[in-house]
Amino acid sequence: MAASSERSPPPFPELEDQELEPELEDEDSDEGADIFTGSTLSSMDPPLPVSTSEPDKDIFSGPRAEPLNNPLSETAAEQLKAVSGASSKAKGDVPVEEAGSEEPDDLFSDPLGESGAELETHTSNAPLLDFSEEPPKSDPIKKAASSVAAEKKVLHTDLFGDGVDDDEDKDDLFKTPPGAMMKKPQASLFRAEPDDIFPEAKTEAKPATKASAKQPNNAPTDLFTEEPFTVMPAARAAVKPAAIPSANTSSKTNGLHSDEEDLFAEATVELSLDSPRNDRRKRDAMKPSEPVPCPSTSTSSSKPQPKKLEELEEEEKEDKFDLNISVTNPEKTTLSMFRSKQLTVRRRFSDFLGLYEKLSEKHSPNGYIVPPAPEKSILGMTKVKVGKEDLSSDEFVERRRAALERYLQRVVSHPSLLQDPDVREFLEKEELPRAVSTQALSGAGFLKMINKATDAVSKMTIKMNESDVWFEEKLQEVESEDQQLRKLHGMVESLVNHRKELSVNTAVFAKSVAMLGSSEDNTALSRALSQLAEVEDRIEQLHQDQAANDFFIFAELLADYIRLLGAVRACFDQRMKAWQRWQDGQNMLQKKREAEAKLLWANKPEKLQQAKDEIGEWEGRVSQYERDFDRVSATVRKEVMRFEKEKTRDFKKQIIKYLQSLLHSEQQLIKYWEAFLPEAKAIA
Amino acid sequence: MDASNKESALNVNASSIKISDVSQDGDMLTFAITSQNLSGSGGVCVFRTYEDFIWLQQSLFSQEDVPELQGVIFPPLPDKPLPSHSHTQAKVLKQLGFLSLGDKWQIYCKALELYLQQVAAHTLLSKNKELYNFLSSSESPGKQRSKKGIFNRLSQVMEEMRKEGHKDVDEFFQSERDKTTNLSVLFKVATEKFLEVVLTKQKLALACGHFSTSLHLCVNQENADAVAFSKICLKLSDIIETMKRNFEKVSDNDMSTLGLGLELESRYQEAKREMLFRRTCRLVELDNANKNVDRAKPNKKAHMEEVQKATQKEFNLISSVAKQEIVHYHRTRVQVLRDFLIDWCEKQLSTAQESSTLFSQYLEACKGLAV
Repeated sequence: MAASSERSPPPFPELEDQELEPELEDEDSDEGADIFTGSTLSSMDPPLPVSTSEPDKDIFSGPRAEPLNNPLSETAAEQLKAVSGASSKAKGDVPVEEAGSEEPDDLFSDPLGESGAELETHTSNAPLLDFSEEPPKSDPIKKAASSVAAEKKVLHTDLFGDGVDDDEDKDDLFKTPPGAMMKKPQASLFRAEPDDIFPEAKTEAKPATKASAKQPNNAPTDLFTEEPFTVMPAARAAVKPAAIPSANTSSKTNGLHSDEEDLFAEATVELSLDSPRNDRRKRDAMKPSEPVPCPSTSTSSSKPQPKKLEELEEEEKEDKFDLNISVTNPEKTTLSMFRSKQLTVRRRFSDFLGLYEKLSEKHSPNGYIVPPAPEKSILGMTKVKVGKEDLSSDEFVERRRAALERYLQRVVSHPSLLQDPDVREFLEKEELPRAVSTQALSGAGFLKMINKATDAVSKMTIKMNESDVWFEEKLQEVESEDQQLRKLHGMVESLVNHRKELSVNTAVFAKSVAMLGSSEDNTALSRALSQLAEVEDRIEQLHQDQAANDFFIFAELLADYIRLLGAVRACFDQRMKAWQRWQDGQNMLQKKREAEAKLLWANKPEKLQQAKDEIGEWEGRVSQYERDFDRVSATVRKEVMRFEKEKTRDFKKQIIKYLQSLLHSEQQLIKYWEAFLPEAKAIA
Repeated sequence: MDASNKESALNVNASSIKISDVSQDGDMLTFAITSQNLSGSGGVCVFRTYEDFIWLQQSLFSQEDVPELQGVIFPPLPDKPLPSHSHTQAKVLKQLGFLSLGDKWQIYCKALELYLQQVAAHTLLSKNKELYNFLSSSESPGKQRSKKGIFNRLSQVMEEMRKEGHKDVDEFFQSERDKTTNLSVLFKVATEKFLEVVLTKQKLALACGHFSTSLHLCVNQENADAVAFSKICLKLSDIIETMKRNFEKVSDNDMSTLGLGLELESRYQEAKREMLFRRTCRLVELDNANKNVDRAKPNKKAHMEEVQKATQKEFNLISSVAKQEIVHYHRTRVQVLRDFLIDWCEKQLSTAQESSTLFSQYLEACKGLAV
């Protein structure tokens, strides 16, 4: 927390306020009213438990100010300013300021941790309230939010109850990753780790506030996704910020955009977005069920144990329009009754990232190699969104689709990961809670973070005297392999580039030959030249295809493996961490023993018992750590072996594929030349 | 160009002329030229440098006793080879195009060979004594004559600008001139583009080579899994190597057939243009003579008319030769291009078949690879 607050917080309140201002000015009166009535109500209810009254206040300021300021660090004054300032800007006539002035007492008198937790709870509440704007699909929440005080109270109690219950509810509702702390289940909505609260809160908060301000900002997002109808963006925008998974219908689409949103949050384009929300909603609801509707309950019940999946293939299609990814999983199982069962779910990119995060959180400490999800490409995405229908964006979409497909295949081919409930949920559940905290996961920032972390760890553990030569050698192998793969990757890239160049040059030559053909007097020669131009055109296509093959078969494979090797190294690091813990434990035990000896020597029997207890406790821990280390070591070993086998198999598969493509190219060439030869001979 | 040259004074079989070898000594390229006389017996081998070729070309240009020479399309001599290392690859490439490619000036030799064959096959040019000397005398032909022949490039360009626009009296020649100007540009462009294609293929071959070599570095024999992976890498390395060879072959095919053909054709178009230009010059002269006759004072009139008549006669002769040459050229160029195209096509076909066989073998081998 401290670290992140250093990073960001001060600018945020201002930033948020600034952003908020114009939007709020634009805002519809009734929508504004919704939000603020809600808040007013609650702030006017003193009898409510703190938790309920607070949320409302948070609703105003929550999205922007709280997550940023509250959790420690900021002074009460500042907070108050932010809250009251924002709220007053937002709505002068509503007694927000009261809220502001009343609440802070509670807020700040709370111990930090608690207030933090609560605040987060309420932040999450903000989006809930946003829902109230959206007329249809009446969740209790929404209804409540948009209606009167009494209902509002009910809502709050329903939703949040008090303290613990409330948290637990959230847990279920929001599918918090288990790793998140009990106290802050909501945090996960924004970020599982406290550190991340800030950045995420910022991004979350934006849409949220925007949502309440009719989201003029979100619309552009959709604009860029090339929605043919402006209708839909509007609706989507409305749905989107309501990032609350409990709103089942929209959760999927919601999730979808919010990460893209941030990109374009600044690029504001005004759109009128009121009307079509309703039907968009419906469409949303319809869409996913379109291909093969598999209600999650039935699938999960009918689905055999994942172990029995012999083969799992995914095909994904990235829908360019809303950037949904539809995943089809024809699953073949050993049980005949499940044969050729097909699961179709729609996932967005950040869901994949979310899946990766969940998996890596759960499995990588145990020494498993968790396949890394594809990286986000802001550049490519921007192109897709801004760009016209040009080649590069198609290429980008295809590239991403293929990458996601390979990612999923890697996940499901891992025996342990396949059994993970999250994976199954990902594959079969109709609606997935919005993947959270993908922001930090994506892009170069995350990689850097990882690299730094691994560097730090490896530096830290240089001291580790490796008891097992195998690991030492393996690690070296992995590192040199990483270098080699990078080199190969560079070569393949240049190969691809040359190939593309060749295709361009061939096209130019074809044109030039065609011109020759048209100016040639001799009819037979002219005809032959025109034919040749056609042949060259086809050859150009062939080169282009081959360039794509080079790229998808080799360049992407190598890139995948470079990232996988990163994961392999990460699992070595995990082992080192385990070792470190064990060593630390031993040291501690040693100290305790020394302390005991001292006590013994000093003849202080009254403390001796305590020291003995502690020693006992630490002995237990040390042996536990040792067991952990051994377990992790064994897993790492197994995993690395598995990885290598997998790698060999993968490469072989790709090589065969590549050979097939080469063969196909040559056969096509043969066809072309064979067709052209008589033409050439026909020249009189 | 004419396969049958019975009337030719040259007792050398045109198609037997070959450049069998080339040796490089510093900046000097020496070509070994073999030829056989018409009876098919008594092969001769001589060594000539590029300067000798220039000398030959010069002597062909300056045969004083043959007035119709101006109407001949001279087979074009390739540009001077630049074997020295002082010239950058890029410069050589720019100047010579396809001719600079290939191992050991192979393409260039082929072009020179074609030049000699064409000269030897030419009904008018083959009568030249110097050609016979050039082909059979073991002595190096005489000193190079003054570089200033009838073609001084620079002055030609100036004149060309002036006279190119001169309206022709004969529609046939006018249209030929227009077409040639157009076609020669097109052929030049096509040649350049094709050269780029070939160069890219060579780059690809190079990239494949690097890739294949690097794959060898991934070999690791330490444990069973690594061995399996190493095998895969080696296999891939072989495949990429095959790809490389395929690219090399294809680009060799390209340059030795169509590339050379296009290059030759564009040089020939240029030669034809030069011939037409020479004729145009004569035409301008004739026009001037006509004007002079009209303007001439009575005392000089007779002389002027004489001049005019002589010019007219010469021009008519040149025109008739030029017409024949053009018709002949059109016939042969189609033949030549056809041969190149067929040759190219067949070579590409066989290369593709070869590669496809190899790839399918690899495919089987890979499928059989136990992993």
